[in-house]
Amino acid sequence: MTKAGKPEKMIINGKRLDGRELEEFRPITVEVGVLKRAGGSAIFRFGDTYALSAVYGPKPMHPKHLQNPQKAVLRCRYSMAPFSTKERVRPGVSRRSVEISKVLNEALSNVLFFEDYPKTGIDVFVEILQAEASTRCAGLNAASLALAEAGVPMRDFISSCSVGKVDGKIVLDVGGIEDNYGDVDMAVATIGSEDKIVLLQLDGIVTKEEFLKMLELARKGCLQIYEKQKEVLKEKYKTGELDVESQ
Amino acid sequence: MLKASENYVRKLIEENMRIDARKFDEFRPINIETDIIKTAEGSARVIIGDSHVLVGIKMSVGEPYPDAPDEGVLIVNAELVPVASPTFEPGPPNENAIEIARVIDRGIRESQCIDLEKLCIESGKEVWMINIDVHVLDYDGNLIDAGALGAIAALIKAKLPKYENKKVIYGEYKGKLPIRDVPIAITTAKISNKLLIDPNLEEENALDARVTIATNKKGEICAVQKGGKGYFTTVEIEEAVELSIKKGKELRKLIEV
Repeated sequence: MTKAGKPEKMIINGKRLDGRELEEFRPITVEVGVLKRAGGSAIFRFGDTYALSAVYGPKPMHPKHLQNPQKAVLRCRYSMAPFSTKERVRPGVSRRSVEISKVLNEALSNVLFFEDYPKTGIDVFVEILQAEASTRCAGLNAASLALAEAGVPMRDFISSCSVGKVDGKIVLDVGGIEDNYGDVDMAVATIGSEDKIVLLQLDGIVTKEEFLKMLELARKGCLQIYEKQKEVLKEKYKTGELDVESQ
Repeated sequence: MLKASENYVRKLIEENMRIDARKFDEFRPINIETDIIKTAEGSARVIIGDSHVLVGIKMSVGEPYPDAPDEGVLIVNAELVPVASPTFEPGPPNENAIEIARVIDRGIRESQCIDLEKLCIESGKEVWMINIDVHVLDYDGNLIDAGALGAIAALIKAKLPKYENKKVIYGEYKGKLPIRDVPIAITTAKISNKLLIDPNLEEENALDARVTIATNKKGEICAVQKGGKGYFTTVEIEEAVELSIKKGKELRKLIEV
């Protein structure tokens, strides 16, 4: 299928349109603790993709009939700001956002100790403020950090990245134009550095061999994200640590 | 009906048994009937074990999307009708129904099994819209596979109505839909660290994670969706891919003419 506006080539001399190598991330920027009111918050950016996450709770679960007497209930809401894409996104829930909220919830459920907080609710909000592909991955990385900042007991981080097939080549971290006109797009998330895949979604035609190669590259990517998440969180609480030592 | 508990299902599977005595890579009996709804342009009834899904296709004419002015429009919707289960509530589709519809949609769309360009009437102005509605009538698990099977079976048999003087003449046809591939979705469930296909309701309630993989005629993968609150290892994913390709081939024989 050819679409209007598709560039003739998306990989020229082994480089991608934005100058990246095939297995290179866009610049990643991460900030933790960006909001005052939220229990935890974080910003995660892959290049021009800009995700903000905030965590409220654990707090008493309302409405009460949704309470679980044994454990906490996780609620996720993924949402795109109306101005986050070229054509305005209609505000409110869409079928796409409902599905993504569901898979993010299922991914995060792998690492939370729900039994520690019976009858409570944990709300995770992911707002995509600017979208240039891989928004669910950026959102998940941000949510993971926001949960950590909120002090919600977790086994580990969830680390996520996308891989794709563009002009027949397998690439890491699908960027804007590659998402629109690439052949295949796959989102993956793992529990920290472990071989445990908690999010996996693929669109497009690939052979089994290509698929397994993509999965391997995605796992390498997730590992890099995991290191970044750890580094940022350590950095955030470093000053406190030093003060204690100097006293 | 009395249902087996989650723990019992898990315990059996740990001992390499299933609640209905199937093998781990065995489907329940599948029954597919097409053209059963006269008012729809295409239809199929799929019964897998005690899961019963009815798929109807309605064709209409509308405006194409601005980024694909020469292509017909595909819309998939799933209704978890309250007649199917005491857990299904009336009202707009919930997240489960939306996920089912979107995974079925992805298998059909990404396999490019419909030649959407042939459904263009006037570039940028008028194209055929294909509405695939998946109606779940009886729920005993594995709705994605049943719905996807029904959708492609109905698409293969669907007919294109006549279109004259800007009016669709329902009941009079000018041909079939341009279908060029047969994507099949197979869901693999992970329970107690074992992989099995076609989970029934009791198994679905006990599963840790599931992954749906749609494959085309060539045995290539065209859509993947992982679900459930657990995880898969790389080796498990590889095994699920192999199962999906193998079972996809078997199921494809049931609907190909």
